[in-house]
Amino acid sequence: MKVKVISRSTDEFTRERSQDLQRVFRNFDPKLRPQEKAVEYVRALNAAKLEKIFARPFIGAMDGHIDAISCMAKNPNFLKGIFSGSMDGDIRLWDIASRKTVCQFPGHQGAVRGLTASTDGSTLISCGTDCTVRIWSVPVAATLESDHASNKPIEANAVYVGKNAYWAVDHQWGGDLFATTGARVEIWNHNRSQPVNTFEWGTDTVISVRFNPGEPNLLATSASDRSIALYDLRMSTPARKLIMQTRTNSIAWNPMEPLNFTAANEDCSCYSYDARKLDEAKCVHKDHVSAVMDIDYSPTGREFVTGSYDRTVRIFPYNGGHSREIYHTKRMQRVFCVKFSSDASYIISGSDDTNLRLWKAKASEQMGVLLPREQKKHEYQEAVKNRYKHLPEVKRIVRHRHLPRPIYKAKELRRSVIDAEKKKEERRKAHSTPGSIVTESVRKRRIIREVE
Amino acid sequence: MGLEEENGGSAKDVPPTEQELSAEFDTTLQKYLRGEGADLEALKDKKLKGQLAVREKLYGNSAKAAAKFEKWLMPSEGGYLEAEGIEKTWRIKQDQITREVDILSSRNQYDIVLKDLGPYTLDFTPSGRYMATAGRKGHVAIVDMKSMELIREMQVKETVRDIVFLHNETFFAVAQKKYPYIYNRDGIELHCLKEHGAVSRLQFLKNHFLLATVNKFGQLRYQDVTTGEMIGNFRTGLGRTETMQVNPFNGVIAVGHSGGTVSMWKPTSAAPLVKMLCHHGPISALAFHPNGQLMATCGREKKIKIWDLRKFEVVQTIPGHHAKTLDFSQKGLLAAGTGSYAQVLGDFSGSQNYSRYMGHSIAKGYQIGKVSFRPYEDVLVMGHSMGWSSILIPGSGEPNFDTWVANPFETSKQRREKEIHTLLDKLPPETIMLDPSKIGTVRPYKKREKPTKEEIEAEKEAAVEAVKDIALKKKTKGRNKTSKRVMKRKVLIDKAKKPFIEKEMQEAGKVAGKRKLGEETELPASLKRFVRKKAAV
Repeated sequence: MKVKVISRSTDEFTRERSQDLQRVFRNFDPKLRPQEKAVEYVRALNAAKLEKIFARPFIGAMDGHIDAISCMAKNPNFLKGIFSGSMDGDIRLWDIASRKTVCQFPGHQGAVRGLTASTDGSTLISCGTDCTVRIWSVPVAATLESDHASNKPIEANAVYVGKNAYWAVDHQWGGDLFATTGARVEIWNHNRSQPVNTFEWGTDTVISVRFNPGEPNLLATSASDRSIALYDLRMSTPARKLIMQTRTNSIAWNPMEPLNFTAANEDCSCYSYDARKLDEAKCVHKDHVSAVMDIDYSPTGREFVTGSYDRTVRIFPYNGGHSREIYHTKRMQRVFCVKFSSDASYIISGSDDTNLRLWKAKASEQMGVLLPREQKKHEYQEAVKNRYKHLPEVKRIVRHRHLPRPIYKAKELRRSVIDAEKKKEERRKAHSTPGSIVTESVRKRRIIREVE
Repeated sequence: MGLEEENGGSAKDVPPTEQELSAEFDTTLQKYLRGEGADLEALKDKKLKGQLAVREKLYGNSAKAAAKFEKWLMPSEGGYLEAEGIEKTWRIKQDQITREVDILSSRNQYDIVLKDLGPYTLDFTPSGRYMATAGRKGHVAIVDMKSMELIREMQVKETVRDIVFLHNETFFAVAQKKYPYIYNRDGIELHCLKEHGAVSRLQFLKNHFLLATVNKFGQLRYQDVTTGEMIGNFRTGLGRTETMQVNPFNGVIAVGHSGGTVSMWKPTSAAPLVKMLCHHGPISALAFHPNGQLMATCGREKKIKIWDLRKFEVVQTIPGHHAKTLDFSQKGLLAAGTGSYAQVLGDFSGSQNYSRYMGHSIAKGYQIGKVSFRPYEDVLVMGHSMGWSSILIPGSGEPNFDTWVANPFETSKQRREKEIHTLLDKLPPETIMLDPSKIGTVRPYKKREKPTKEEIEAEKEAAVEAVKDIALKKKTKGRNKTSKRVMKRKVLIDKAKKPFIEKEMQEAGKVAGKRKLGEETELPASLKRFVRKKAAV
């Protein structure tokens, strides 16, 4: 007879010395884990609740400006710094970690409308309503040692005067050209005091401009005549124009998919387009209740942040129609500009109340260095919460956000208006011959036409 | 590598072919896949379809990785007993086995004789390391099975009917004469559970931290031992109950009654989930297979029946056993204890056909009260009227344990951490259901259909029956005429039928209306001019 019995010797299964780690044995057989789905569900519920407990997105405000902040610029080479320009001509460089001003760039007489930094981070270009474009050199020493430097005024390198007020400026990625917009789109070189090239299409002011991160010769602009125009610098003629029903306030290109851009529109939504196919929006992002003023993509390309006239900042997924997060404070008034920090962890919003505010991109994220076990635990909790987030109890907790009363009321009102219109449309359809009334898809509805 | 023997080498030397290896891999893969994949063809939403397709692929990859690494992560193989020649496994005696195995394992075969203190029942912690035994006359002991050390021994001076460990070896509950008590590992009495009264059986639901008790009148009570809240208190209403077992797969409690019925309960409903008529006589023993699909019951008419719990059908009837106690091992062996003989049955063909595997008879006159397999060991412990005995049953225990599930070599630090983690993962009582995999699934969308004719008829009859049961007031002073009573009954029945008849007439009216329109078009052409289009003024 052949016989074998399980026999475990204690030495094999326990540690030798107390300095050793404990021995761990794994058996992933589902038989040993009864009711594992229920356990996962309870963990998902607890993870959702913990996430809400630790959700403290507001880090701090940077005050110093004495007028509303109209524009901001990121320094591509320096993670900790951000430039901001206000309505009284004051430009400051901030150190985000200490939330203090590093140096000031005085000079503009009117509002500063546009700010941008060159790709190597050494030059700052600003333009304003006083018809000037100013070029500044960013002091490298000041950016490195931010403790003692404060409020040091810096002289402009060059001042170029133009004929009309300038509305926006953007620098080419990797090149040495920058574009300003106002009455028309002008392409400049750093050294020349006159624009190298000019584009004009239509008679209205062009209010924003953005260069494509992937294709340095492509740029998108939006104008007061409710249009979005794409220009190619190599062709020296404008490429394409898209006319919508309402004006676009700002455009941002997706850094990871440079063919797609998202436009922040006056009709409270953002429209994502594929630059090759402008007759239909890729996605419509709807959640704001007032005009969307500014938009910026995260470096991951997976989400973007918008700031709106309704005093809130929202974060949207790049392909989702609704926001995943909303940030608001009683003290934050109309948000005019937002920026996503270059490490995708922070959001900076500049608003009407002269403050720049620093927020976390993920409200319950633990900042700082995490131990690998902590990191794994956070990842696990995120994953288990996502697996069960469609179930009612978990969904209720995950979805819950406190909205300020005016926003809540405005949302209800918009909802009731949309529902009423929809119902009327349905009834019209039901009482007319099938096929006579055609509903336009939401993605096409706001587009009037495309022009070559 | 490709050398071939000229004489045709024996089959043993040929390495397993690729096909065999892949077949083996497939069986292990099935184990980790946890069911069929989702049907994505029925989805119309392209985005959702894409996301789910990615997820399904990830599940497949993780199952494959788990199956691949099994041979390194789980080095121990299970025990086995193979008879050679004309030998039969059930004739092999324990002393023959103990002679063949190593010293450490042979120490697991022993008898402990304690003559005075009554039949002993026992319970194991989930890791199999600690055992709690209680004699009927009040002797309670906690034993560490690895070192055979007596951790605590006490005399509660009362009749003890059952003993069960709570989540740890540090807490255990004893069903004493009047109430169940909860004790600490040091023997300190922590709680006296007065609401339960005199109970005959205790069971602990590990994931939910619920202590379930049943008394001989059939009252089932659930109590949460972390908060002390009484979750459920039900009267089974099916007569005297003698047995109770918890199904480890889904947390459902099965109670066996003297009428031969087995009812299954969950703490959130006052009615049982299932009522099965299992035997012609009272149920004497109940046991659940760890995979939750098989249940073994034994009735006084000396038959053991194996039930499939998905279809609630008998899979096998094993006659000739009057087992007072049944237990399934982790590997699916069934132990039945009758008088002083313990029989172990095994399912070796994989088709749920249990046949004799091993047997053992203890000293004549000793009556076996409870058999229990030790988890993660090839050992069967029997509590009998003169103490307890432990025998070796090769192939009954799971050879590879998971440290984070149940660790026989647990240190006190690990035990404390595990306690915290299981408390954080404590399941609410609502998660107990017959099919635990339903959690997280979406209920299929049911279109509200019109009730069929039969359903309407059934409703009508039910309403009429309800009315017939009403007792009419008995009137006096000559007003209680029979004819009047009959009239009253008739009126009540007509009232109950009225709404149904009205509905029928409405439907008939609608149909008639439709037919009317149709009729107009059916008139021959020559008569059409006589059809009135407008009412005559």
